[in-house]
Amino acid sequence: MPIDRAEVERIAELARLEIPPEAIERTAAQLSEVLDFVASLSRLELDRLGPTQFAPVEAPLREDELDSRRLAPETALAAAPEAEGGFFLVPPIVENVSP
Amino acid sequence: MSAAEAWRLSAASLADGVRAGSIGYQEAIESGWEGPAARWEPDVHAVVHADPEVRRRGAARSNGGPLAGVPVLVKDNLCTMDYPTTCGSRILGGYRPPYDATVVARLREAGAVITGKGNMDEFAMGSSTEYSCYGPTRNPYDLERVPGGSSGGPAAAVAYGLCPIGLGSDTGGSVRQPAAFCGVFGLKPTYGRLSRYGLVAFGSSLDQVGIFARHAGDVALAYAALAGPDPFDATSRLGPAPRVSDWDRGVRDLTFGWPANLWKEGVDPEVVGALEQAAACLERCGARRSPLDFLPGEYAVATYYLVATAEASSNLARFDGVRYGFRHPESDDVRALYTRTRSAGFGPEVQRRILLGTYALSAGYYDAYYLTAQRARTRICREYEVAFARCDFMLMPAAPSLPFRLGEKTDDPLEMYLSDIFTLGANLAGIPGLTVPLDLSAAGLPRAVQLLGPEDSEPLLLGAARVIEVRGEETRLGRDHLTEFAWPTKR
Repeated sequence: MPIDRAEVERIAELARLEIPPEAIERTAAQLSEVLDFVASLSRLELDRLGPTQFAPVEAPLREDELDSRRLAPETALAAAPEAEGGFFLVPPIVENVSP
Repeated sequence: MSAAEAWRLSAASLADGVRAGSIGYQEAIESGWEGPAARWEPDVHAVVHADPEVRRRGAARSNGGPLAGVPVLVKDNLCTMDYPTTCGSRILGGYRPPYDATVVARLREAGAVITGKGNMDEFAMGSSTEYSCYGPTRNPYDLERVPGGSSGGPAAAVAYGLCPIGLGSDTGGSVRQPAAFCGVFGLKPTYGRLSRYGLVAFGSSLDQVGIFARHAGDVALAYAALAGPDPFDATSRLGPAPRVSDWDRGVRDLTFGWPANLWKEGVDPEVVGALEQAAACLERCGARRSPLDFLPGEYAVATYYLVATAEASSNLARFDGVRYGFRHPESDDVRALYTRTRSAGFGPEVQRRILLGTYALSAGYYDAYYLTAQRARTRICREYEVAFARCDFMLMPAAPSLPFRLGEKTDDPLEMYLSDIFTLGANLAGIPGLTVPLDLSAAGLPRAVQLLGPEDSEPLLLGAARVIEVRGEETRLGRDHLTEFAWPTKR
């Protein structure tokens, strides 16, 4: 089983997800099953193949001007759960440090 | 035909009637709601956002374009200014985008009216439309069975008659598989041919907007209105899209690939029977069958579930409770805000895929998983190149089985992933695929086949689909309305 409890907790942390304790074991088993299946790729001869990349050959460039369809600040903020004075509002990011 | 029966018409005939003045714009839109939706929608649940007042305004603003007065149900992951866009997820509950997706804007320019938003698996992750925060959609041909997914809402609505055209998205088969389960046409165009601007991203190198319709001619009509470059989508293909104006050219002297090794085992005999029937039809019309030995689909599944989940884990990082949608009320620091919002907002399948993708991209595993998968993807692209050097298009199942029962695969993620085994390859290679409905099985379930072709072969695929649609009769454009659709009948 490639993924154990500790690994589920590690990747959940990276993904900013919280897995309830009672679901960790099941999640580990489900992810492991998929990863075991995916291991079949090792049977393919891939050594001389490069990875697929979709970078366009000729990148479409536009004039370096303001985009006419840009959102006005109030439109961009309209769907925010909390906004104030033209800004998105979030809880404190840094600890309160006394001067 | 009276205006009340307008819902039975193809989009082409409906638009003709509207332009000629025999059907009003309002009647064209409402016919599907008054007749078939009143009968089916309470059981099928294909629609998640609808508003009669928005439809009335849409009908009033419509125009005499190629899709004049044609109602279209749009999957809930395509941005619409006049309806919420929630991707079937709690995390986007109530979200209204400040702009229309390019494909939605092009529909409106062509005279179409958005008749509502279609149900889907959350963030298009699923193959049965059971993973929606609004509850599942059911298959109108058998209410105990799934409509396929993830675009199950638009597929089911087009099948029961709400509208002649639907829009979905296809990242791994999410248009072609539900089209097969609901007995309608479903096109995944060449990667980049339809703009992705305003399509909520899942796997950016795989995502493509797709078209549902009951008639091959209507797929061509919608494709002509939607395809083409978009300055707002950096991955949209430059240069004009292939012309579909003369798509109805038959299959004489074309060669179709027949990779029979793919359905030697694990495929429902009904599906194999459908393939034989379609092949015989193509041969009667002058096409040649070319047997092929093709790379088993398990490799595409393995490749896809690394590439798609890796891209999804990046794309879905934007849902953090700051700019739109749901925010968890109890968060006293920003880290807790992200984690609580995402844990409460995303459903279990979306969380599973984010975890898998995060793992595949994380330090120490990147080479073993993501890089290997991108190499395997190159191998799969080559496989199609070799095949299309020998044939003009390929015949394939759209799914390994007929529609399965609700709940049958929800507890086994890998089993659900394997139901996309015949569709994932086209997304990995960026090529077009088209599901063609055939008939109903003895049990009354839709049977279908899939056609795959090289890049920009949409006109050729539609021509071959037309041959199967009319059972090999000689046809020319403009006779769509003569093809009878196998409507569902309530049990």
